[in-house]
Amino acid sequence: MEKLNGLRCRECGRHYPAAPVHVCEFCFGPLEVDYRYDALRGVVTRESIAAGPPSMWRYKDLLPIDGDIAVGHHVGFTPLIRARNLADELGCREVWVKNDSVCHPSWSFKDRVVAVAVTKALEFGFDTVACASTGNLANSVAAHAAEGRLKSYIFIPADLEQGKVIATLVYSPTLVAVHGTYDEVNRLCSEIADKYRWAFVNVNFRPYYSEGSKSYGFEIIEQLGWRTPAHIIVPCAGGSLITKIWKAIKELTLLGLIEGQRGTKMHAAQALGCGPIVTMIKNDTDVLVPVRPNTIAKSLAIGNPADGYYAYKVTKESGGSGEHATDEEIVEGMLLLARTEGIFTETAGGVTVAAAKKLIERGVIPRDESIVICITGNGLKTPDALQDRLDAHVKINPSLSAFDRALADLKSQTP
Amino acid sequence: MARMRVRLTFPSALIQEPIVYRLVKDFDIVINIRRADVKADHGWMVLELEGDEGVLERGVRWLKDRGVQVDPIERDVIVP
Repeated sequence: MEKLNGLRCRECGRHYPAAPVHVCEFCFGPLEVDYRYDALRGVVTRESIAAGPPSMWRYKDLLPIDGDIAVGHHVGFTPLIRARNLADELGCREVWVKNDSVCHPSWSFKDRVVAVAVTKALEFGFDTVACASTGNLANSVAAHAAEGRLKSYIFIPADLEQGKVIATLVYSPTLVAVHGTYDEVNRLCSEIADKYRWAFVNVNFRPYYSEGSKSYGFEIIEQLGWRTPAHIIVPCAGGSLITKIWKAIKELTLLGLIEGQRGTKMHAAQALGCGPIVTMIKNDTDVLVPVRPNTIAKSLAIGNPADGYYAYKVTKESGGSGEHATDEEIVEGMLLLARTEGIFTETAGGVTVAAAKKLIERGVIPRDESIVICITGNGLKTPDALQDRLDAHVKINPSLSAFDRALADLKSQTP
Repeated sequence: MARMRVRLTFPSALIQEPIVYRLVKDFDIVINIRRADVKADHGWMVLELEGDEGVLERGVRWLKDRGVQVDPIERDVIVP
């Protein structure tokens, strides 16, 4: 089955053959994978998907991979949890948590995009993959490169804390620490991607890489019994994920796989200290004003997001909205999810939970409608975000009488 | 001759200034604007710059010094 038309410019619509390119040579617009939906209709069915593996690859027909899966065989198909305790706290009827904090192998949704990019890199015959990252992406690229026996180059700003690179270094990539400002490192990496014939996953492989995010959306729909929820709240960094979940819903609709045709409202969640997309939504303007990130939500800290405009458009087209979360609210969001559902998410998850809470309290999201909250990363990677907020409540000497007294004190304090 | 593809973002304070003209005139950089959106209070431009390598570097530094944000066309190459 020939499923790809190739690539298409999101701005001027020009077509390109499927190749490791990411920018339109005419307007410098971003390229996107273009599928032959006519060929897929009737071939991709609920049954064909259900017959696939319990991973994101059950949607392989809707991903830009031609051959066999090369790496990341177990990525995705993460739990969609009916969050009854959280729903009670929020005063809502139906809340779900799509939990990519347990995505295999590196505990974030980045495994989805990287598995596609690395598999595609092998298809195109590359022997080296690369990325510039301060966190989850670096972990995932290094892990998948190791599995695929590819060389990998990971670029990081030189001032990145050592603790953050251990989860990357363990896979034996070549780690290049670059001295300079964020802007200088960013530009250098763009030039390196341009000069060397490597698969830079989020540069020249961006059209393929970003498609991996669709699987997060496919899974939500399938796990809800091929229903669309009324609301999906998505954390935004570069803005790609929200656009790809929306694309996933559109594709399943186009292929006739969705039960009923209820619209889903897409809501963007960002930190107040780095929220240019939500600012666009709140001001109802398509002009993105770049910001200097200043937030504890490091995994969402992109001040000039490439897909910001498209993310804004998705919220508008779907009738959704956006909400900021302060650092204090982010921590509260993390603690709320942990306390109610036993899920330890990273700060990005705290942003999403906090934004959902605020949208519900503001009446933007009605309490009697179905809500999916996107959790995209694991809190165990960055416990420092909570370091000053948590303490052992009871400290005692090693004697039974000491414990008896402490327990009595605790009980007297508890209403 | 070297080439560079960049995205310039102009804050409101610079909208009335002939920044791109100065880039061409003072630095002898050839520019080719591929896409742009300039409004009363904000603007961006995606363009290709062509010139001697040292000249391009100096031009970019001058833009930054003036308060123009200069990004690669991919913008967020560093991902968290």
